[in-house]
Amino acid sequence: MPVIRIDGVEYEVEAGGNLLEATLGLGLDLPYFCWHPAMGSIGACRQCAVVQYLDEESEQAGRGRIVMGCMTPVTDGAIFSLGGDRAQQFREAIVESLMLNHPHDCPVCAEGGECHLQDMTVMVGHRDRHYRGRKNTHRNQYLGPLIHHEMNRCITCYRCTRYYRDYAGGTDLAALASRDHIYFGRHQEGVLQSEFAGNLVEVCPTGVFTDRILVHDYTRKWDLQSAPSVCTGCAVGCNTLPGERYGRLKRVHNRYNVEVNGYFLCDRGRFGAGFVNSDKRLEYPGLRREDGRYDALDHHRALQQLQAACNQGNLAGIGSPRTSVEANFLLRTLVGPDNFSPGFADSEQPLVNLALQLQQDSPAVTPDLRSIESADAVLVLGEDVTNTAPRIALALRQSVRNRAYAMAADLGLETWQDAAIRNLAQDERSPLYITAPGDTPLDDVAAGTDRLAPQDIACLGQAVAASIAGDSNEAGQDRAAEIAAALAGAQRPLVVSGTGCASGEVMQAAAAVANALCTAGRQAMLCLAVPEANSLGQALLCGADAPDFSALQQRAEAGEVDTLLVLENDLYRRGDGDRIDRLLAAFKRVIVLDGLDNATTSSADLVLPAASFAESEGTLVSLEGRAQRHFPVFPPPAERRPAWVWLLACLKELEREEAGSLHHFDDITRACAAAIPGLSGIPAAAPDHHFRNAGVKIPRQTHRYSGRTAMRADVSVHEPKQPQDEESALAFTMEGLNRAQPGSLLPYVWSPGWNSNQSLHKFQGEVGGPLKGGTAGVRLLQPGSGPVVSGSTGPEPFRAEDGQWQLVPRQKIFGSEELSALSPGIDELVTPAFVELGSADAESLGVADGDGLELGDGLARLELRINDCIPAGCAGFAAGHAGAENLQPLARVTLRRAEGWQRREPQIIGSDGGGGND
Amino acid sequence: MSGALPVLDRPLTRNVRADRSPTDMAAYEANGGYRGLRAALAMSAADCLQVLKDSNLRGRGGAGFPTGMKWSFVPMGDACSPGHKYLICNADEMEPGTFKDRLLMECDPHQLVEGMICAAYTLQADVAYIFIRAEYHKATRLLQEAIDACKAKGYLGDNILGSGYNLEMHVHSSAGRYICGEETALISSLEGKRANPRAKPPFPQVSGLWGRPTIVNNVETLCNVHHIIERGADWFQSLGLTADAGTKLYGVSGRVKNPGCWELPMGTPVREIIEEYAGGMEEGYQLRGFLPGGGSTDFLTVEHLDLAMDYDTIGKAGSRMGTGTMIILDDKTCPVGFVKNLTEFFAQESCGFCTPCRDGLPWSAQVLDDIEHGRGLPEDMDTLQRQVAFIGAIGNTHCALAPGAMEPIQSALKYFREDFERHIDGGSCPYCDGGNS
Ligand SMILES: Cc1cc2nc3c(=O)[nH]c(=O)nc-3n(C[C@H](O)[C@H](O)[C@H](O)COP(=O)(O)O)c2cc1C
Ligand code: SF4
Ligand code: SF4
Ligand code: SF4
Ligand code: FES
Repeated sequence: MPVIRIDGVEYEVEAGGNLLEATLGLGLDLPYFCWHPAMGSIGACRQCAVVQYLDEESEQAGRGRIVMGCMTPVTDGAIFSLGGDRAQQFREAIVESLMLNHPHDCPVCAEGGECHLQDMTVMVGHRDRHYRGRKNTHRNQYLGPLIHHEMNRCITCYRCTRYYRDYAGGTDLAALASRDHIYFGRHQEGVLQSEFAGNLVEVCPTGVFTDRILVHDYTRKWDLQSAPSVCTGCAVGCNTLPGERYGRLKRVHNRYNVEVNGYFLCDRGRFGAGFVNSDKRLEYPGLRREDGRYDALDHHRALQQLQAACNQGNLAGIGSPRTSVEANFLLRTLVGPDNFSPGFADSEQPLVNLALQLQQDSPAVTPDLRSIESADAVLVLGEDVTNTAPRIALALRQSVRNRAYAMAADLGLETWQDAAIRNLAQDERSPLYITAPGDTPLDDVAAGTDRLAPQDIACLGQAVAASIAGDSNEAGQDRAAEIAAALAGAQRPLVVSGTGCASGEVMQAAAAVANALCTAGRQAMLCLAVPEANSLGQALLCGADAPDFSALQQRAEAGEVDTLLVLENDLYRRGDGDRIDRLLAAFKRVIVLDGLDNATTSSADLVLPAASFAESEGTLVSLEGRAQRHFPVFPPPAERRPAWVWLLACLKELEREEAGSLHHFDDITRACAAAIPGLSGIPAAAPDHHFRNAGVKIPRQTHRYSGRTAMRADVSVHEPKQPQDEESALAFTMEGLNRAQPGSLLPYVWSPGWNSNQSLHKFQGEVGGPLKGGTAGVRLLQPGSGPVVSGSTGPEPFRAEDGQWQLVPRQKIFGSEELSALSPGIDELVTPAFVELGSADAESLGVADGDGLELGDGLARLELRINDCIPAGCAGFAAGHAGAENLQPLARVTLRRAEGWQRREPQIIGSDGGGGND
Repeated sequence: MSGALPVLDRPLTRNVRADRSPTDMAAYEANGGYRGLRAALAMSAADCLQVLKDSNLRGRGGAGFPTGMKWSFVPMGDACSPGHKYLICNADEMEPGTFKDRLLMECDPHQLVEGMICAAYTLQADVAYIFIRAEYHKATRLLQEAIDACKAKGYLGDNILGSGYNLEMHVHSSAGRYICGEETALISSLEGKRANPRAKPPFPQVSGLWGRPTIVNNVETLCNVHHIIERGADWFQSLGLTADAGTKLYGVSGRVKNPGCWELPMGTPVREIIEEYAGGMEEGYQLRGFLPGGGSTDFLTVEHLDLAMDYDTIGKAGSRMGTGTMIILDDKTCPVGFVKNLTEFFAQESCGFCTPCRDGLPWSAQVLDDIEHGRGLPEDMDTLQRQVAFIGAIGNTHCALAPGAMEPIQSALKYFREDFERHIDGGSCPYCDGGNS
């Protein structure tokens, strides 16, 4: 390791890095703007200047030259001065220059208090203004419902466009104009089109791009109460930091996890938690009266009702893949495994079980996101990850850069030399092949795209597997041979698939490719996306033979069970309406625990208000089999309780033996781990409630959390005792220590002098590396020993049928997921449900874009979008959208023009970039 | 111009006619044109490079970097990964006071094309671009005609003159910014991107246009190449008066009797250029100082008139020879206003990539404007001095535009300090009050 000297002190540093990284890694402060740990260096802002000396003699003589820390490789024996006058004066002059045109509006700026520019200004000591001129001003743009634009605050660090364009592949944000008139915006006002635009809020070091939802309901960072959490938007399990004040969830920031989300979230995750504040949230238990309306109860009376119902009846339960392992485990304990359905739709249950089984069996590694980024050849089979597991798409975008890194290594360039590598490699990319029943937002970086019906995707996958295995290649499978060659020629090939197109055959084909690669001696990876935040945990908990809805209904109709408890699950999203009506009608009593008013709660005899992820602790198992814990950000109000609290109380009331030893949340986790072999690892997801950080708890509130008394001053000047948290090592107070604890217990990042999110590096061992306290979560899946049978040739190829169309699900980041779609901002971006057809198919029906189509016999009436990427004979439909609930993926339906259809007025919409004509 | 044997001591302007009409293919060939090309094709690329190195040709774009050495960093043969190699002629010529490349291109377009083919052959480049200032539409047309004529004759295209060597050549009109002349910004611009310079390393020789090995040279530099290959390094060396070889196009603008541009031996004394060729100062004007090589070079003054105009001599005197085209400051023009004009130009032409230049130059321009209009304060002198140190040092900024931009200010503060102080003390411009400028 090279040894460098900084201001006379020698340090050993990691080879291959740059001085800025190394300096921050050593715990020294060096200001910077344009560098970003995930995006490397370009040398634009000149803020990270230091003085470098040729040798000791010139050091003594003070004859050094100014160099940029972020652009200077650390080489053995290099001598630098950070603290010398020259370097300091230069850095001060940089901030002075940046401030020439920066408005003095910190007090009204949504970045204030967590602004990197404020931090750096203080750090360099710039105070007095010498400039007498006027400031340049700009017009702001409307950039959609999620992101607020305030261009005057820009310091032209180029991070936004580097992130948006270079890193995330967006095209509609650019640096415009030149000199000191540079403008960062769109060519015209409108919704930012990237699914990852929200990261601009954290990437921009000033208040140019801020969270528009937060701006309208504003609280400073130091006044936010926050806790480590996990996104429930999809199965990726990104780590988040939601912030609360006045009982309202104000915003979600990224919580760094080197193996999962790194520095970035998707917009579903960042803006999709607003449902927590919804008017439709339930605060009180409700007991249905004769007239169909509900009486509000307090929690004692509600518990009595619950207990009575449980005593009287024979219980069955439906759990939920969108809530915690612990709540599901308790309900399963309450009703008994034979009467507990995991809560998947009937068609979805075998798919999720298959995804789990394939990963357990396959010798291929289930990759974390960092490993996905390292893949040097990728095959995506059937899954539109941008819309089902969005953060993975961002990781795949980085994976295609591995060829560029290889080219750079040949020239002796390091990966942080970002501009140089992009200039060198231009459009050279590692191979990424995408096969899907339509276009996907990753197509622009794909080496090849095939738009096929799911059956044909499976056939192609099996042909790739056969080709890798060296089996004779059938004529007409050139594409399979091409893909096989790319994968087999790679060091770390990756196959991505999932439940997104609702075909088990597709996932089997994906596993077959991964297995063939392993057999051929490659270190293959297999990533299978599943639908919800805890889908995989639910499959692990319930096993492959758990009863589905039909089985429960049969049991109820046979009189074996008569009381149904539904846990955080709107059943009407998981089957057509009649089907769910019949299911519920088969039971005498229906009791529902959920957070929001929905069709299922409206059918219940007793409703218990459940806390959201932000008001409750819980363990979720992500698609890579990572068990992760989320903690309550704030205590739930009124009579709302975490589902596990309701269920544990009920078990205790019933004096059930299993509950005897359960006192704390941690006890449930441990009991579950003891009972379910596949979940035995979950207690390690986070330290238990006994954990103390250097002897004290970890505060959810910053030490500057202000006005705690003032918050309630209109009620009483006496400050009430803060709520106690008996269930975790976190406290609802300012007191305690937030430093170097395990990553799973990090409630916010802050360090003296570093108020912005850039303080993260103070919590990392080395810049961009794991958190000092360790990476959050625990992996439950190990590579398997190989499938018992393999070598399937795949299904029969797809055959279009006259007058019948096969429904293929089209997933949307905004709209396909239940709760995020209800969140302010995102609700503006959700489009009405639609059906997609190729133009030839549309022509055969005599319909045009924007017309209405009736699907099947009154299954749905949807707007038609022409999309020539949809395979002939298939019809795409907006999965998970209101109005499409009755549609069964892969079913064949008739289509005809909907009578009396009103065409919509054309509208500016942004979330999906339109019908995908390429 | 004499008949069969070309003039040897003014190789670059031998085809420049008094009426400035362009030399076409026939006239060019009649005067020995494309003999250099044939000579080059008869040699190996490595031998061509050796001649270039021996000739001590230095880049005429401003920095004076030895051309042969620059070219020797281009990977050749098996050392080069498969793909294109590029030669780019930098014909952006937006340096204030500079008009030498225009003369060469408008009067003798074939000379540039021949020089480029020889250079490309030496580098084994297969694609060449002429990146030309958008306002030079006449030269653009003439160069395109010259290229077309070459294609017709087999001097460009596949298998040039049966040698097996292939080269295509394109003319590209610049986006119209000064920074497009900086070689890496030029490359960005040619790729269709923002004209931001690139950090070095990697140098364009290994990763330039589209990430491929690329050489960028000035028009005048390239115009020398085939002459050197044809006549040899010794001949070229013998043309210069001092250690620097060859001839140089020198120019003079300002209040001289005969402003213009002349090809003279490298190292011709400044006084000779100004007094003999430019005819000395206009009646009633005295020389106070001059920018020796365009707007981005430090002032020199009367005491430097007897220096030889070559890279090293002018460098030692504290300035740069730059493009070799001088701008004269006379005694009736306000040096503050003079420098202010230049600084406003540079501030406007900043690409906006790095902070000291983007935000520092407009501030400097504003301070100069305040001083010029009598609004200056004594502390403004400190501000300017601070800005000179902050913006002006190489390495403080991302590219050389900003240090170049500070050279006139820095030297004006040295040589004309009392002018600044008189503005500030008097609250107005003494030159304007004097009824001048
Ligand atoms: C701001 C700036 C503008 C420049 N403009 C030109 C130009 O217009 N023409 C030119 O030949 N070189 C220009 N240069 C110099 C080029 O960067 C480069 O050094 C030159 O083209 C190399 O050619 P040479 O080696 O033949 O001199 C400029 C440099 C800077 C920093
Ligand atoms: S908008 Fe923000 S991120 Fe973009 S250049 Fe300006 S300050 Fe930097
Ligand atoms: S990728 Fe999934 S888990 Fe990650 S932020 Fe987006 S919705 Fe949340
Ligand atoms: S010095 Fe910086 S801002 Fe100025 S032109 Fe060069 S790169 Fe652009
Ligand atoms: S952080 Fe190094 S130049 Fe911007």
